[in-house]
Amino acid sequence: MGPNFIANYGEVIAMILFGIGFTNLLLQKNMIKKILGLNIMDTAIYLFLAQKGYIDGRIAPIIVNGVTEAENYINPIPSGLVLTGIVVSVSVTALMLSLTIRMYQRYHTLDLDEVSTQLRKEGL
Amino acid sequence: MDFVCNFPAFSIVLSMMGAIVSSALKGKWAKHLNMVILFIVMLMSLCVLGYTLQTGEFFVYTMGKFPAPWGNEIRAGVLEGLMATFFCIIMILSLLGGRKHFYQDVEEDRRNLYFIMTDLLLGSLLAMVYTNDLFTAYVFVEINTIAACGLIMIIRNGRTIEAAIRYMIMSLLGSGLFLIGICILYDLTGHLLMSSLKESVANLVSQGEYVIPLTMTIALMSVGLAIKSALFPFHAWLPDAYGYSTISSAAMLSSLVSKGYIFLVIKIMYRVIGFDVFANSKIINILFVFGILGMIIGSVSAIKENDIMRMIAFSSVAQIGYIYMGFGLGSQAGMIASVFHIFSHAATKALLFVAAMGLRDASGGSKAFIDLTGAGRRHLWAGIGFTVGGLSMVGIPTFSGFVSKLLFSQAAIFSNHKMLIALIALAVSTILNAIYFMKTIIRIYSAPGEEIAAGTQKCKSDIRYILTIVSFLLLNVLLGMSSTVFYFLIEKGLIMFD
Repeated sequence: MGPNFIANYGEVIAMILFGIGFTNLLLQKNMIKKILGLNIMDTAIYLFLAQKGYIDGRIAPIIVNGVTEAENYINPIPSGLVLTGIVVSVSVTALMLSLTIRMYQRYHTLDLDEVSTQLRKEGL
Repeated sequence: MDFVCNFPAFSIVLSMMGAIVSSALKGKWAKHLNMVILFIVMLMSLCVLGYTLQTGEFFVYTMGKFPAPWGNEIRAGVLEGLMATFFCIIMILSLLGGRKHFYQDVEEDRRNLYFIMTDLLLGSLLAMVYTNDLFTAYVFVEINTIAACGLIMIIRNGRTIEAAIRYMIMSLLGSGLFLIGICILYDLTGHLLMSSLKESVANLVSQGEYVIPLTMTIALMSVGLAIKSALFPFHAWLPDAYGYSTISSAAMLSSLVSKGYIFLVIKIMYRVIGFDVFANSKIINILFVFGILGMIIGSVSAIKENDIMRMIAFSSVAQIGYIYMGFGLGSQAGMIASVFHIFSHAATKALLFVAAMGLRDASGGSKAFIDLTGAGRRHLWAGIGFTVGGLSMVGIPTFSGFVSKLLFSQAAIFSNHKMLIALIALAVSTILNAIYFMKTIIRIYSAPGEEIAAGTQKCKSDIRYILTIVSFLLLNVLLGMSSTVFYFLIEKGLIMFD
């Protein structure tokens, strides 16, 4: 188990980061910290994908100097997935931030539990 | 390839285009466009259903004509066609039934935004139903989440902001898990297309390789989607999101959005992992346990609830529990029962939301339970709708809820280890259901005291509302009375999945 961990250190780091991001998104009270957690979580997944797509000693799959053999290039699909994933995570982050701004304008706090308390006081 | 084979792709593109065009339209025109699109998509889905029934096999549509391992595919069979048609019908009825409140809740200049979100929701649901590519499914899961968040947010008050944020947080946790599950599975197999994935997974299983990572991916994907569809311990966001949004949103969120994710779980079970592998993994036991807990605890929370909308929302938690319990049985019969319950719950829950809103209208808009006394007498159609919905949820014969309970118990009897627990949970949950629905039905038909009667007025339903309630009633009775047809369709559809 030990040598495997060292050989695949990239994936191990990605998984640890995923855990950090996940717990932050779940447990933090502050909305901004939650959103940071979300981004760490998503980025960890991209790191994992990039690790998986990379093959030692090969270059990015852009044809230069007329070299067309697949053996010279890394796997392009994970890179494509990462790009798609980034688009998704950017839009979700934007939505979360805009929700946070709404919440802050209304309740002057970034703490979700605080908002719940205030709502209970309002009796809505 | 017949012309009908283009319809799934058409319907997805049409609803996406509708969303884009709606952004430039005024509210009224966006509404009309939305309805037209819904009807066209419904007809196209019906054609797909008829076509697949006629040919007796599924068809695959390659996007851009790129062949299998590289291209993106759409795949449609009986179950996909049926599901898409049903989603369209429920969406049309939910929008019609909630229209009056929609006008009250949403300002004139923001109405077209609502229809953008509805179109996007429809498009993403259709894509989740039809797609044959796991990563495409993930992208549309996210679009679905964003659209659903927009539907919650359309009323501007503090409650909906809080509900939307809680909904987004839980959903994002779910989709994070789902995405990492897909990535690990891609890493193991090198495929994203469901048919190729299934072959590779079957190979891995037969050679006994990568047992732990494979179990891990099954767990991550099913738990991720379970969080998004509000399976029991992850349901905290649900009552607020359903209880405080406008009524069409509540109806659509409970009967469509969560069902879309559940349908994706079923697809992953059958078409990615393979049903036998899934049934033999330990993951179904987890789903089973949480399903059972959800059935009981959701109903108990509903009994304690003092707000009728939130009560119905908690009842959704219990019903989602039923569906996952069916998955947990790990047999074909359990799956058929679960799929039938998706239909039955979608038809009933939307009806209950629309009817409950009518009851509230007849009680001066009050949320408190006590003010609803006699509301069924003041608002005839809402009372009828709620009574039928309640009876169906409890499981009275002739309505759809009875058939799904019957199917669940039949499936449970044939399960070796889980029979007793499943049957007891079904019985307990039915009694709990009966407690809170009967309590409400008795209350809305009992004579109100002087104090309450003074603050309320008789409510006349407009024609749209009556039409909605009657259609829901017919749908419910249709599901209940001609269940053999639906059973046949679902069975055929699930066989086509393999």
